[in-house]
Amino acid sequence: MSVKTVITGIGVATANGLGVDEFWAATRVGKNAIGRVTRFDASSYPARLAGEVRGFEVSEHLPSRLIPQTDRMTQLALVAADCAFEDAGVEPGNIPEFDMGVVTASTSGGFEFGQNELKKLWSQGSQYVSAYQSFAWFYAVNSGQISIRNGMKGPSGVVVSDHAGGLDAIAQARRQIRKGSKLIFSGGFDASICPWGWVAQVAGGRLSTSDEPDRAYLPFDAAANGYVPGEGGALLILEDIRTARERGAENIYGEVAGYGATFDPKPGSGREPGLRRAIAVALADAGVEAGEVDVVFADAAGSPDLDRQEADAITAVFGPSGVPVTAPKTMIGRLYSGAAPVDVVSAVLAIREGLIPPTTNVELSPEYDLDLVTGQPRTASVRTALVLARGVGGFNSAVVVRATG
Amino acid sequence: MGRRVVITGVGVLAPGGIGAKSFWSLLSEGRTATRRITFFDPSSFRSRVAAEADFDPHLHGLTPQEIRRMDRAAQFAVVTAREALADSGLELAGFDPHRTGVTIGSAVGATTGLDDEYRVVSDGGALDLVDHTYAPQHLYNYFVPSSFSAEVAWAVGAEGPATVVSTGCTSGLDSVGHAVELIREGTADVMIAGATDAPISPITMACFDAIKATTPRNDDPEHASRPFDGTRNGFVLGEGSAVFVLEELASAQRRGAHIYAEIAGYASRCNAFHMTGLRPDGREMSEAINVALGEARMNGDQIDYINAHGSGTKQNDRHETAAFKLSLGDHAYRTPVSSIKSMVGHSLGAIGSIEIAASVLAMEHDMVPPTANLHTPDPECDLDYVPLTAREQRTDAVLTVGSGFGGFQSAMVLARPERSVA
Repeated sequence: MSVKTVITGIGVATANGLGVDEFWAATRVGKNAIGRVTRFDASSYPARLAGEVRGFEVSEHLPSRLIPQTDRMTQLALVAADCAFEDAGVEPGNIPEFDMGVVTASTSGGFEFGQNELKKLWSQGSQYVSAYQSFAWFYAVNSGQISIRNGMKGPSGVVVSDHAGGLDAIAQARRQIRKGSKLIFSGGFDASICPWGWVAQVAGGRLSTSDEPDRAYLPFDAAANGYVPGEGGALLILEDIRTARERGAENIYGEVAGYGATFDPKPGSGREPGLRRAIAVALADAGVEAGEVDVVFADAAGSPDLDRQEADAITAVFGPSGVPVTAPKTMIGRLYSGAAPVDVVSAVLAIREGLIPPTTNVELSPEYDLDLVTGQPRTASVRTALVLARGVGGFNSAVVVRATG
Repeated sequence: MGRRVVITGVGVLAPGGIGAKSFWSLLSEGRTATRRITFFDPSSFRSRVAAEADFDPHLHGLTPQEIRRMDRAAQFAVVTAREALADSGLELAGFDPHRTGVTIGSAVGATTGLDDEYRVVSDGGALDLVDHTYAPQHLYNYFVPSSFSAEVAWAVGAEGPATVVSTGCTSGLDSVGHAVELIREGTADVMIAGATDAPISPITMACFDAIKATTPRNDDPEHASRPFDGTRNGFVLGEGSAVFVLEELASAQRRGAHIYAEIAGYASRCNAFHMTGLRPDGREMSEAINVALGEARMNGDQIDYINAHGSGTKQNDRHETAAFKLSLGDHAYRTPVSSIKSMVGHSLGAIGSIEIAASVLAMEHDMVPPTANLHTPDPECDLDYVPLTAREQRTDAVLTVGSGFGGFQSAMVLARPERSVA
């Protein structure tokens, strides 16, 4: 009996593209989409670059009544959900309502919406706060709004584990498919490029202060000096492979074959961080040997200490330069809960095309024994990919995706 | 049947009851912890009552640096996690950190800390381009509430899977339900699981004022939370945390642990209807109850007590009354149903876990906590809601439910392990 959970639909929105085709056309060739912040005047802040989603006109996609009650990250997620259904060739109305669910990750919720209401509260008074504030900003809003828009009543959920959460959501979605749900949406979206969100991200102390878009977010580079935040994310449709084949699914992008998650020892313990263990758990869960992995999509934090930890974990599992490693998020910035789902999208498209997208802008520091794909994309037979994600505090998650053919 | 999951440690921090013992005293005596808000001047708000916890972090073992970097909700979670771990005796027995995970539920994360810090960096809402030089480093921990699970993991020494579950007002049930799945599937052997929220801040009061979800019964704060009462007119905001130690049954038995209850069944569904509204028929909550009972291999008539969501809004109390009837049939009329929100208020994402704590303590003491302030019957709420005084009765199996914004409906069945079918 097959128990494969496969990806059959994709909705994606990032700085380098809306929709799978546009996204991949830019990503496969390493197109840098990082630029100056335009959503507000960032010139007085220590960080001034971002990966902003451009050309997204919400009124072209969503009914007007939804717009005032949703944050930008929810608008992007709702549109991505529509795209994913279309990509999968599924009409939500044709699936029993209790057999469809939504499991998303979130990092900061509808932060810009919250900012605007906090401003009204403190500058005008409590009676000016919007009735929508009660649900527009909280972390559960995307799962709730997607389920409502598409009539999905099955097992659903929301997880928050900083940048690692997107993989945890995909793992939880796979759990629900294995328990019998027919279709689960999974992924994550964040969009906190607003002054209040910016200040919170600056406070974390890990943002790049560079003003050069192609020399700002440089994981594994000798000049690594922090990351550039982005906005956007991806939503995936997951189904059991039998369900997908029975309905004649056009796109079976790949299998979510393995997952592992760990938490680092408390800082100062001097013990090994948990990433290597997360990789080992994910590979074992997938029944895959390290030698079978064709590419690793790195978390690529972009700070020397964190890059060192990740390089050590990859080297410990795969050997020195033992596997091609890439970080296409250097094109679009780090997307928080959306980061890892976007990497899963890149991974399945890399499998499909036989091409590893490059780590744009980065020149590998000789300090790392990594086979980092830089400069040009690399043609390669890719059947198995490993996606890594870490969250501030010590969250480590790893997912193995595999070709189904 | 595969691995079975039991609760072996309980930690609770609720208004009027810090620590499981004092929490149970409050409930069993039917006392209420709601009062006029003291955390800030509430006079400009429509609803001016809340259930506040008198919590001094210094008295609960938190260090000055921990207090500085943690939002109040994170502080709650660390305190209750430590209580649960001590209660379980697991620390002395030894456990493998790699096989120990953490799930903490929270609906609104560090909303109080964010409200406070926004006020400063915006200089009282005056600045659009808020001033980063006034932001503390720990603002990032408020920005991303997964910091709550990180703090708990550090406090207990867990290095397995860790996350925050944030499904609005069902977070406290869903967080524990998620942890149960991780133990059942073999990903972890021990989970430190629960929920926390500390939402009593101007922004939270303002947003619930705006939709008239909270009660305007400001002249009688001690009796303001009135679930299932005919005069109810909204919920009373609360705060708190409950965290549990969950273990696989066989290993808990081997080490001779005290077993409070087995988490025999759990399910969550969505109503796919409205972000804040409920259909009166209760169909989706009923579906969650049915699936949870099925997972527990129990029939509705084996349930001895229903710990209700019972928020005290007009629509909620009707909605879940309908759901109980749909799932339990005539047995719904014979089963005591009560809402502890009448005493400790509605602490959003935390309350689901606090209600699990109330449920296992009801089993522990063979006593059902009451619904305080219930004097006036409502013809649409016609079950036995245990008004005013606790009831001694044999309690082997409890159904606890939650319902929340976003449409989430969750149900959990707790049972004495010897009672549920092996």
